[in-house]
Amino acid sequence: MSNRDQSGAVRGAADHPRKGQPAHSESRRRFMKSVGMSSIAAATSGAGLGQAFADEGAPESATNDAPAEGKTRVTFKINGKMKQIDVTPNVILLDAIRDDLQLTGTKKGCDHGQCGACTIHVNGVAINSCLSLAVMHEGDEITTVEGLGEGDQLHPIQQAFLEEDAYQCGYCTSGQMMSATSILADDRVGTSDEAVREAMSGNICRCGAYKNILAAVQSTRGKV
Amino acid sequence: MRNFSYQRADSVDTAVSAHAGQPSSFIAGGTTLLDLVKLDVMQPERIVDVNDLPLYDIEELDDGRLKIGAMVTNTDLAYHDRVKNDYAVLSEALLSGASTQLRNKATTGGNVMQRVRCAYFRDGVSPCNKREPGSGCSAIGGDNRSVHAVLGTSEHCIASHPSDMCVAMAAIGATVTVNGPNGEREIDFLDFHLLPGDTPEQEHALEADELITHVTLDAPVKGNSSHYLKLRDRASYQFALASAGVIVATDGDTIREARIAMGGVGTKPWRATRAEQALVGQPANEASFKKAAEIAFEGATPYEHNAFKIPLGQQAVVRSLRNATTA
Repeated sequence: MSNRDQSGAVRGAADHPRKGQPAHSESRRRFMKSVGMSSIAAATSGAGLGQAFADEGAPESATNDAPAEGKTRVTFKINGKMKQIDVTPNVILLDAIRDDLQLTGTKKGCDHGQCGACTIHVNGVAINSCLSLAVMHEGDEITTVEGLGEGDQLHPIQQAFLEEDAYQCGYCTSGQMMSATSILADDRVGTSDEAVREAMSGNICRCGAYKNILAAVQSTRGKV
Repeated sequence: MRNFSYQRADSVDTAVSAHAGQPSSFIAGGTTLLDLVKLDVMQPERIVDVNDLPLYDIEELDDGRLKIGAMVTNTDLAYHDRVKNDYAVLSEALLSGASTQLRNKATTGGNVMQRVRCAYFRDGVSPCNKREPGSGCSAIGGDNRSVHAVLGTSEHCIASHPSDMCVAMAAIGATVTVNGPNGEREIDFLDFHLLPGDTPEQEHALEADELITHVTLDAPVKGNSSHYLKLRDRASYQFALASAGVIVATDGDTIREARIAMGGVGTKPWRATRAEQALVGQPANEASFKKAAEIAFEGATPYEHNAFKIPLGQQAVVRSLRNATTA
């Protein structure tokens, strides 16, 4: 993995609030984010680093210029906001979300669909964002972990992960929660512990917090 | 990851013509393709996106067959009412494969085209006849425990076929519809995947620039019960060491018809026709099942680390037949 991923990993470990402590330190978060930004700038030569535009409403084209040669303009809704990026065809959706749109809650783990850390929802369906091209998502509606809660109000699954202590290092947590919300909303998936374990098996937790993750998922049932 | 040109096709014809003329790959779910492009094992210069093609339907045909569009996801196929009711072995096989997120993206056509999991194929550097014809097979003298076959191997390649879905389809019987520069044609599912032989780089019967558009399941065996049993190193989200998809119909205690297909042990989705024939007219009991399992593995070739797959595979067949015939 590149430097920017490692900076993401550090940030990921620091991001997740601990039980009984303030949710997070804003100043630390901003500091880490600026470090992350500069390492991205250092690590990226421009290929694949598109432009992220307006935060609200239709993407106000900061420029109506055609995309640079070799790039395609892609517009999609992410966490309720329209975003427009210019990407080369080989830009992976996960990298566009983290690097171009600076939504770093979605984590890069294995980068090969084996760990689930990058799980997001596309048009309401949970997928591994590491195995999808950004250019394939024109017009899609995407939800990442940043879009789960409303303002300062935690989503019930986030509250449950806090209450059940469903993580240690926290790196897999956003992916776990995106899978959890997806299977809780899918009435084709069984409700037993066994069914939840099976449906969540695509999200690996190296810390082994599975017992508490299962408890968090089950305690959220009926609240979403 | 290397770059490539990208084109989104709006019809089967444009997809096929866009694919022609340069090293090119179709992308549906992308869960195999992008994994292997990142590893630089697949090196397309063009990727043709087939997600806009109207291949999302599951259609019941008048003759009782079920026509599945190539873009139907593994999740949607597994949970389709007709599949759950009449082709339970397929639903079970699909749900035993990969993870929820991967099944949500992986498609019917893409799963048929899934590539092998051999570490020497995937590492991009070891000699591998599939990746670089003529370079040799590193698995034969190397680590060949988990994802290597005992049936259908050759001195040039021993990688097992990784798909669970295809094992169930082999048992059910199916037809693959493809479309290419010369129009549409149909390929029997059992002829679609090729044995490695002297040409392990040729994995399937698709011709240049052909695209899978549908897989049509044979009409279900009347009065059947079925089972898919998958044995693996961990309980979920792992490729099969050995699996067995079976379909059985009985008259009283006597077996009227049987279908057996196996995964994890063959270089292609492995239909055990002779074992099936040995079951017909026999009582549905342990002795018959064991005899069939022995026949299913006749001629199997064990390698240094995977000889255990022969008894494991036989037990998978016996247990799957037992589960299918006991309510």
